[in-house]
Amino acid sequence: MIFSIVVQGAPHTQQSAESALRFARAVLAQGHQIYRVFFSGDGIHNGSALATPQQDEGHVVAGWQTLARDHQLDLVVCIAAALRRGVMDAGEAKRHDKSQHNLAEGFTLSGLGQLTDAALNSDRVITFGS
Amino acid sequence: MSELSFLIINRRAPYASNQAREGLDAALTAAVFEQSVSMLFLSDGVYQLLKEQQPAAIGQKTLSANLQVLPMYDIDKLYVCAQAMAERNLSADQLVVPVELLDKHAINALIKQQDRVLTF
Repeated sequence: MIFSIVVQGAPHTQQSAESALRFARAVLAQGHQIYRVFFSGDGIHNGSALATPQQDEGHVVAGWQTLARDHQLDLVVCIAAALRRGVMDAGEAKRHDKSQHNLAEGFTLSGLGQLTDAALNSDRVITFGS
Repeated sequence: MSELSFLIINRRAPYASNQAREGLDAALTAAVFEQSVSMLFLSDGVYQLLKEQQPAAIGQKTLSANLQVLPMYDIDKLYVCAQAMAERNLSADQLVVPVELLDKHAINALIKQQDRVLTF
């Protein structure tokens, strides 16, 4: 079965981010596919390269990156939600005249159309809310 | 790609978080992709539909304008949980758009009919 996952919770703030990551691992472990993980609302913080949780906590951002590397996951961060909250890639930083950028490696910025596209191309869309 | 039925479920009060606007945006985007979109308002989500909101006082934009353009995007099926309305002492004439009130059984059936459900 082909899944897409929507993540609306910020990591280390709401359990839904960690739950989504664990669900993604379980889906892949059972031999299913993940078409896309879409991060919206506060969920965009899952794509922050600067997240630095304490060493005795799980690292949710790194967890997504490892999973994406091992399974070629498409990790898409909602661009409108991300820009509002100060998460952007080099291109957006340049466009908005910012001196820094912080979108983590393995994530891409794109629009809400990618959520509809994910729903159209997956058998199931599972939302991990805020 | 064949047309699928999308149900956008809204559960949150309108201005305490941006979930309401995200739900509306998701509905409009799916409609632009020419999918069959309906919306369901549960729990505190029914407050999104109240008339005469003035969120400018707290630096926010009103949702009403966006709600009223939904028919232009062929989103004309708006469902509301009857129990959520009753619990909040609200009636349909206090809402900014026409809605269909559903009981729990009808809500279950509605969700079951959908190809895709997105929750906000």
